[in-house]
This record gives sequence, C-alpha cells and structure tokens, in this order.
Amino acid sequence: MRHFLTTEGMDRTELEDLLDEADAFSEVLTRPIPKVPALRGKTVATMFFEPSTRTRMSFEKAAKALSADTMSFSPSTSSLSKGESLKDTALTVRAMGVDLMVVRHKETGAPWRLAEWLDIPIVNGGDGAHQHPTQALLDCLTIRQRFGSLDGLEIAIVGDIRHSRVARSDIFAMATLGASVTLVGPRTLLPIDPEAWPVTISHDLDAVLDRLDVVYLLRVQTERGGGSVFPSLPEYTERYGMTDRRFARLKSDAIVLHPGPMNRGVEISHDVADHERALILQQVTNGVAARMAVLFQLLGGDHDA
Amino acid sequence: MLDLIITGGEVLTEDGPAFTNVGVENGTVTAIGDNLGDAAVTIDADGAWVGPGFVDLHTHLREPGQEWKEDIGSGSAAAAAGGYTAIVAMPNTDPVIDSGHLARFVSDRGKQVGIVDVLPSGCLTMGRAGKTMAHIDELWEAGVRLFTDDGDAVGDASVLRLVMEYVAQYGGVVSQHAVDPSLSRAGHMHEGSVSSRLGMYGIPSEADDVVIARDLALARLTGVHYHVQHLSTAGGVALVAGAKAEGMPVTAEVTPHHLMFSHADVASTDSNFKMMPPLRSESDREALIAGLESGIIDAVATDHAPHAALEKEVPFEDAPNGVLGLEWAASVVTTMTGLGITEFFERMSIAPARILGRSDHGQHVAQGSDANLVVYRPDLEWTPTTSVSRSRNAPYFGRALTGAPVATVLRGVVTWERA
Repeated sequence: MRHFLTTEGMDRTELEDLLDEADAFSEVLTRPIPKVPALRGKTVATMFFEPSTRTRMSFEKAAKALSADTMSFSPSTSSLSKGESLKDTALTVRAMGVDLMVVRHKETGAPWRLAEWLDIPIVNGGDGAHQHPTQALLDCLTIRQRFGSLDGLEIAIVGDIRHSRVARSDIFAMATLGASVTLVGPRTLLPIDPEAWPVTISHDLDAVLDRLDVVYLLRVQTERGGGSVFPSLPEYTERYGMTDRRFARLKSDAIVLHPGPMNRGVEISHDVADHERALILQQVTNGVAARMAVLFQLLGGDHDA
Repeated sequence: MLDLIITGGEVLTEDGPAFTNVGVENGTVTAIGDNLGDAAVTIDADGAWVGPGFVDLHTHLREPGQEWKEDIGSGSAAAAAGGYTAIVAMPNTDPVIDSGHLARFVSDRGKQVGIVDVLPSGCLTMGRAGKTMAHIDELWEAGVRLFTDDGDAVGDASVLRLVMEYVAQYGGVVSQHAVDPSLSRAGHMHEGSVSSRLGMYGIPSEADDVVIARDLALARLTGVHYHVQHLSTAGGVALVAGAKAEGMPVTAEVTPHHLMFSHADVASTDSNFKMMPPLRSESDREALIAGLESGIIDAVATDHAPHAALEKEVPFEDAPNGVLGLEWAASVVTTMTGLGITEFFERMSIAPARILGRSDHGQHVAQGSDANLVVYRPDLEWTPTTSVSRSRNAPYFGRALTGAPVATVLRGVVTWERA
C-alpha cells in the first residue's frame, strides 16, 4: 500500500489486515501509557483544506500515539488565500520535511492530485462526496468487534447516500467484507445508477427494519445542489428517522451507527442516540485505532525498504 | 517568378480533389497545374492534402484582460500551427466585447500580429449578463457576424427572442452556449455513472437538450440563423437533425475533445478533462462522430480555452472550464473520423467560412481565390508533447494522433511550417 485513498478496489485481505492491526492498536490505547514508538522521528502533516475538527484531532491523536510528530495546515491563514495553487502549497509543505500527508478537501479527487504531485504517502481524510476511507475502516472495526465478522450481516445505510463520502467508502468496504448492504432513502438521496453498486435499494425503511443487524444513519443536510432534496425535516423523520418506535422493532442485538455529527430528533431520536446499542462513541474511539493502523502500514519500518 | 509553389499534393479544387501544383502570387492563387516554373518559396506537399486554411468558429484569445492565459499573439501562433487562417475570437474577455470599439480593438490587434485573420464575435447581451441587448448595430458595423454570450446561455427566453429578431434583420448568426444554467450550476461534469461513483455533482445531458429545443422554437419564430455551439449530446444532434429536415437555417459545431474523450476520462479527476459542456457518455461521443460524418454537424470548432497552470493545478471542481484545441483539432478529426479530403475541408474550413459569410476563407483552391491555404498530411503519425499557446491545459499531450498540418499560408505568406 503506497497511499490510502479509497476503499473501492481494496481486497478482503487488505481490509482485514488493517482491521487486525487496528484491533491491536485498540489494545494499546487502553494501556496506562497509550503510546508506542513505532513512528518516532516521522512527521505527519494534516492538510485540511475543508474545516474539520473531529477528523483532524483523530488523525493527530493517532499519529501521536505512534510517536510521530504532527504539523497542521489551515487554509484560512495560508498562502492559498493569496492565490497559491494547491500544487505549490503541497510542494512547499513537503519541502519542510514531511513524511506523510493526511488530506481533506471539499472537492473530489484532491488527494489523488497530491499523490500525483508528491513523493510521499497520502491518506485521504475525506474528498468531496467521494471517499472517506478511514471512516469505513473504523465503521467496519466497530461492527466486527460486536459481531466477530461482517459475513452475512444485513446492513442498511439510511439517508443521503448520493452526497455522502461516508456511504461511498462504507459500501465497498462492507460488501467486500461479506455484508449485505441495503441503501434506504428517497430517490433524490440515492445514487442515480443504483444498479452499478453492490447493494440493494429500498425507499421504505419499515419494510427492511426487521432483518437488519446494523442500521447506519447518515447526517441529514437539507440543501443540496441548489434545490431541496426532500419536502421537510418532519416528513424525512417520519419516513427515514430512527425513531423510538422503529428502534423497538429492531432485532434485539442490532446496533445503530452514525458518523457524526448527529442531528438528534431528525435522523436519530434523543433516546436512541444515547442507547447502549448505539455505538457512536465507540466509533469515535475506534477512529483513532483505525487511523493508527493506516499510518503504521504506510510509514512503518517494513515499508521503507 | 511566383511567390510560392505547393507541389505534389492532392488539391481540393472546384472540380474536386486533384493531384496537381498550386502557384501563388501577391496573395492570390494564380496558377494550378504542371510546370508552374520557379518560385521564391516551394512547399513539398507529397502525401498531403492541399486545401483552404482552417476556420475556427470558437477561439478564446483572452485578450483584452486575461493575457496571463493567452493573448492575440500567442493565440494566433497556436492557430497558425494548427493550420488555421481565420479564427473567431469569443467575446467573453474582460471587458466583454459588447460594443463596436471593443470589437475593433480585437480585429486591429489581430492585424498587427498578422499571422491569422482574427474575426471578432460580439455579445448578444450587454455585459454578457443576459438582460439587455448588446450594441448589435455597432458590432455589426465593426464586422461582427456571429453573436454569442459564450460561457453562459441566454436564459431569459424573452431577451433571446428580441435579440434573435434584431440579429435576423442583419442576416447575422445567433450562437448559443446551450447549457441550461439551472440544471448545470451545481455540476462540474457529466451526470452519469462516473459522477455517481465520484460523488461529484453532475450536469445531465438534458441541460443542453432543453436549451437547444427552446432555442429552436424561438429560431422558428424569428427566422434567425441559429448556431449551436459545442454540441455534446446525442439528444442535441437529433434536435439539430430535426430542424435541418424542416429546412430551418440551423447549424452546429462540435469540439475535438468531445470527439475524442468521454466522462470515463474524468474518473482521473485531471482538470485537463474539465470543460463546459462536459465530456459526456460514450454513446454521446459516438453520436457526435456520426453527426460530423453525416454533416448534421456542420463544423469542427475548437473551443480553444487557455488557462494558466496556476488555475488548473487545483482539484477538478476548483479548476476553470476549458482546454486548448487549436493545434490538434484537425488531427483529432482524422484520427477519430473517416472523413475524406472533401468532407474534411468542408467541416474544418468551408462550412465555418460559409456560416460567417466570408468569401476570402474557406474557398476551394481556384485561380483567383485568396491564397489562404493549409497543407495537411492525413497519415502523419505524431504525439504532441507541448504547445505554442501561452498555456498548457491540453488533454492531448502523450496521445498518439494521426494526421497533422505541415504548412499554413495566409495570403501567400507561410505563417507556419512543421519543423
């Protein structure tokens, strides 16, 4: 693995190796001193061209737990605002002595451009509505820790799949790991070409609820693409929200996941969000371990040769 | 002694293609035949086609106002290198060409440079803002024959209808950048399987089709010569075919990049595949090639759109629309289509000149015709690596092409010759 850009095209072994590594790092994070010297002397730069506190903090925590140094870049105070191109910005930061860049950008493909321009590993920290592969890794880690395996699990991803990089990453990772994925939402929020995806499609959450092991709720954003994509929030919640009534109908061991930040009362009810089978904070904890696994695979000793 | 002789080529004469020699004196073709005697300059056209220099209906020269991308000098050089003897400068400069003195500035700068005839086009509306009529009278007097708000469609049907009526009384051409602004405003690429996978907002083919369909209704109402710029969809080709079958004065152009590439190329998110209208599906591309071969599409037009590296070395969605085209347009036509010498010059030169009402360009090679000529080797295999444009935003570098111009002649003077 030279870069970590997308879950599309990753094979099962690659994913499972990362998950195994992440499990090991999960254990490290529970130690009294949750830190290993694996990447001492390496420098990880978080290049977040789109504001994101949570993902950046998670990557920085992961790098520090591996004893790497971290640097961060913020576009608002940088030369980007003076008209410098993305390429020149990236080359400049690279020249300071950076060993790996984590890139988040509001536009699709930006991490690929950096991977083309630079000679160091690039980790995609989220590009446009395209990919967010470490999110998929932490999601699969959370599911695997609960069920032992994703094989044969029924997973529904509910909500705005069309505009979601989380969904685009999860679909491929979950399907590759053996789960059966159903996308649930109104037609305006689903892919325009559902037949091209390794999924089944439903516009009726209630119709699929009984068989689900995992319900993955996406954050609702009300304005997209210059037009409204559904009539109103109450109508959305009525049809696609994880209400208390729907939660009660789930299998007794089914879990609820959410990539955050949540709109309590819209896609998820207050009580469900706090339920012990809503593993949303465990996802956040697993995010650090999953990102440690990625950084270690890209920068760890074996790969320098 | 003649000024110039072009020897041994297959010449597109008034009587069709013929293997013969062409003699030029004082900027005019004075002799066609064998044993033309001596000349100051001789071009060996063995294995080449000789015909009227190419005419581009759609060039962005960026002057005035954006000379870091291109200027009339560098753009003229790129045109000559592509075999062009006349190019229509798009009016979306800064300031936009919506008044007579601005159009004169463009044509005067073209004359100063002097290696290709730079024909200004003018806006349909003031400021290219789509609200009020541009100075059509002044523009016409300054030589403008083709009017467009290129870069944007005139969205307001009432405004367009009135401009069509006004231009129709002169016999001018209303040329539309046919992409619906509301269907395209969020998008950066064709809406389809690739945009879905990339999570990028798409522009459906119907964004083009709805504008063309509406405009054809208004063209029917006003009787104006309506020209569709950079046709990109199979639906658009069908609409133009229908209008032509009705006998309407409708013409259309296609760009080289829409003939060669599709949205599959955008999967790389390389900004050199970003333009408007976007690269569409493979079936659209095939319909465009078929349309060009059948003549439903009248002309190849480059939409040569220079942008500096600074502007293109960014993520796809941040990058401006447009790619270079002048130096490779003809090569793309001989690489991607089966057009023979007659149809090739028809699409590259004769039809565009006819649309513009020019008698000095796009003429069959004949005694007395202006010596605006190109020598073109249809079988020359080459791979472009750079450009004489000021910019480098081209998707053609490293691509094997078949066919290339070897010399360009403007009024008897060789403006470019392949090294």
